[in-house]
Formats: sequence, structure tokens, C-alpha cells
Amino acid sequence: MDEPAVRRAVARMAREIVERNAGTEGLILVGIHRRGVELADLIAEEIEKSEKDKIPLGTLDITLYRDDLSVIGPRPVIGASDIPADIEGRAVVIIDDVCYTGRTARAAMDHLADFGRPARIYLCVLVDRGGRELPIQPDFVGRHFEVTPAEDVAVLVPEQDGRLAVELRKTDKG
Amino acid sequence: MTTTVEFGKDLTGLEGLSVDQISTILDVAEPFKEISERPIKKVPVLRGKTIVNLFYEPSTRTRVSFEFAEKRLSADTVNISGTGSSIVKGESLVDTARNLEAMRIDMVVIRHGSSGAAQFLADRIPSNVINAGDGQHEHPTQGLLDMLTIRDHMGTLDGRRVCIVGDILHSRVARSNIYGLTRLGAEVAVCGPPTLIPHGIEELGVQVFKRVEEAIEWAEVLNVLRLQLERMKAGYIPSLREYNRFFGVSVARLEQAPRDILILHPGPMNRGVEIDSHVADGPHSVILRQVTNGVAIRMAVLYLLAGGSPERAEAAKKGTRS
Repeated sequence: MDEPAVRRAVARMAREIVERNAGTEGLILVGIHRRGVELADLIAEEIEKSEKDKIPLGTLDITLYRDDLSVIGPRPVIGASDIPADIEGRAVVIIDDVCYTGRTARAAMDHLADFGRPARIYLCVLVDRGGRELPIQPDFVGRHFEVTPAEDVAVLVPEQDGRLAVELRKTDKG
Repeated sequence: MTTTVEFGKDLTGLEGLSVDQISTILDVAEPFKEISERPIKKVPVLRGKTIVNLFYEPSTRTRVSFEFAEKRLSADTVNISGTGSSIVKGESLVDTARNLEAMRIDMVVIRHGSSGAAQFLADRIPSNVINAGDGQHEHPTQGLLDMLTIRDHMGTLDGRRVCIVGDILHSRVARSNIYGLTRLGAEVAVCGPPTLIPHGIEELGVQVFKRVEEAIEWAEVLNVLRLQLERMKAGYIPSLREYNRFFGVSVARLEQAPRDILILHPGPMNRGVEIDSHVADGPHSVILRQVTNGVAIRMAVLYLLAGGSPERAEAAKKGTRS
């Protein structure tokens, strides 16, 4: 996906979120570190443009909620979790770049529970690459990709990668 | 994003740590600060781990700080102190630890009066061992939290001038500070009565000030150590009053300094002996900040050691889906 394609997907997901929520009332967007945070910014911009309404925007770092510390060891880069508004009774949209095993989404839901009890949690991802290991499905998807184990999906975002795109890459596995 | 810096099984001192290892601990402590500010001060990362706090010497601050760190990472903790346990019945350190191991523990935090006790234990049990102060050897987490506090306020440790004032001879805090600070590029000095400055300390790369006025003239940071009151009975200093007169950090002395000086103290303080109340409670004191940072540093150390075994590193190399 090149930049215009990503932007179109982001704009469509923004519309779908507002439509599903019947407006922007009670909506909070939460990006997952690191690329989900930038995508959440883009989606929030789109919603602001069309609805003329500023949506609370938060970030989550799920590193300490992962279930695989004993498998892959500690990760030294831990971002801040910052939820700007009370999530009690509101609709929280978790935003990430790729949905794969579903373990990140599970960890994000566990983490959100520490901040309160939302009325509803949605999952929004730019790429759904299949391969779920948990019964979790995204509500809003930019693009489905059939990805073989020998390939990897790379979502590139401006602040970290210098451009906006989605690329399939060969891995040394498989 | 998996860690590229490997940690061993244990943390027994800062002497053997690399620049990368120390920097990683300080960096990882940053996000852990925020967890203690949340309404629910808990993350599940060490869920199911059992940690024993084995304290052969009295300690409030360090033990409570470790315990908060462990609990905020969701570990299960047991505290064993010198009195009221089989320690007073004469059981040896290794026997105590082996019995604990038989109950399937994962980590031991040990405070002991003998230098080298933490390493001795670490060499004999498979659990992770963290040194919470061993004799006159090291107190690595105190050194790390001092470094984090200085870095918070000065931006970097590289090139900063830190003077440790007080009983350097008996102080494990001084040793951990010297190793850690010099490793990260700070200039370190010590200052105290000649009887309490070890011979040959210059070999560790520190300079010695005989007068506290000189230290204040030079330093950007003073780490004021507690004067153990029993040192007077042992004849190292003539009297507490005399110590205060020559080495006490007072407002009057600090006013002579060419700059504001950041004031650290590992606690517990003897107000009016090594530090005056107006300094301890003054605008440049970060003594309570040290206590707050202590919990974050200990969380970082627990987290990094808990996931740092060679088998796990091996599994990481094979690649695990995320």
C-alpha cells in the first residue's frame, strides 16, 4: 500500500468508527506503542476534519502486560501509557498497526481494565494479516493481507520511518 | 525491540557492569516511574514469580522499596528478617537459601552484614540474586537510584562533578556510587575525615578533598552519607559535634558555593550531624526524589533479571511471533 492507499484506508476507518458509534459522543482513541500511536493521530485528524470535534487521544504501552516475558525476555523500550480521560462507561477504540496473533490486543484490553470499565472496546488495525492464536477479531480493518510465514508485514509511519506505507517483506524464516 | 543488552543471573554490584548495562537499567526505570503514579499501581509482568527478601540486617527503606517494586510488578513476596527466624538459631546462609529454594522460589533479595555475601549466595543457588547491601562492599540499587536522580536533574551524568561526603571507608553506598558514576563518565570525588577515607581510593579514579569547603567549591552534586553513630565509639572521629563542625553540610557552607548544588542523602539522616535540616529540606534537596526513584530502579532491575536467562535469549534468537 502506498501513501494515498493508506490515507484512504485511514479515512474510511475514521468514518466507520464514527458511524458505528453513532457520532463522536463518548469516543476515546487509544494508540498502542509505537506505530499504533501515530495511526491513532491520523485517525483522530480525520474524525476532527469531518465531525469538527476533538476526540480524546491516549496511548498504551503493553510491554508489561505481555504473556511471553519468559519466552522472549525483557524489552528495554517501554513507552508511557497515558489515558487522558476517564474511560468509565465510554467507547474506547484500540488502534494498532497490525493484527496478527491477537496477543497484543488481549494485553491492551487487560491494560485498559486498570484504568476503568469502558462501556465498549473496539479494535482498529491498519492491516489484518490473519494467524490468530486467540479468539479476537478487529472491528475496523484497513486492509486484509494473506501473509505466508515466510513474509512479514511492515507498516511504515512518518515520524519513525519517514513515510507512510505498508510493505510485505520476505523474512529469513520459513 | 527485544533487549540487545544481556544481563546475568544476578545483580551483586555495579563494579562488573558495562556502560550499556547501567544505561539500560536507568532507561528502563523511566517508564516504571509512571506506574507508581497510576490509580492502579500494578502491572502483571512478574505474575507467578516468588521473591524472597532475605534481610540479615535491619532496613526499612530498602526493604519496603523492594517490596513495593515487587508487588507493583505482581510478584509474590516473602520477607525474612534476621530476628524471629531460623537465622538466630544459627542456620547458615546457604542452608537457609537452599531450604527456600526447595519451596520453589525465583528470586532472592539479600541484605547481609558480610561483604561478598550476595555473590557467595548467587554462586550457590539457581535463583536470581539481587544485592540489597552486603557489608562494606556494594549496594548497587542505591547507587543506581542516586544516578537516576542526578540524571533527572542534570540531564546527563557525563562530565558532572559529584562529591560523596562522609564515611567512605565503611560505605557500600559510596562504593556503588563510585563504580557506577565513573563508568558513566561523571567526575567523582570523596570528602571526609582522613580516618574514614580508605587508603588508595584514588586508584578507583576519584579525587580526595580533605576539607568540605573545597568539595563544595568544586562539586555540582553532593551525596551526603549517613554517619554511622557507632563510628564514634570505635574512635574514627572524636565527637559528633566536631564532625558536624568540620564536615556537616550547612546552609552557610553552601552559600559560599559558586553554584547551586544538588543534595542527595541515602537516608536515614542524622539531622544536625552530617546534614543540617535547612539543607535536607531546602530547595536543592532531592532526598525524597531518591526514595521515589528507588522503587522505579528496583522495578527495572527485577524486570530485567527476571527475563534475562540464557535459555530465554536463545528462544528470542529463534524468533517468536508477537
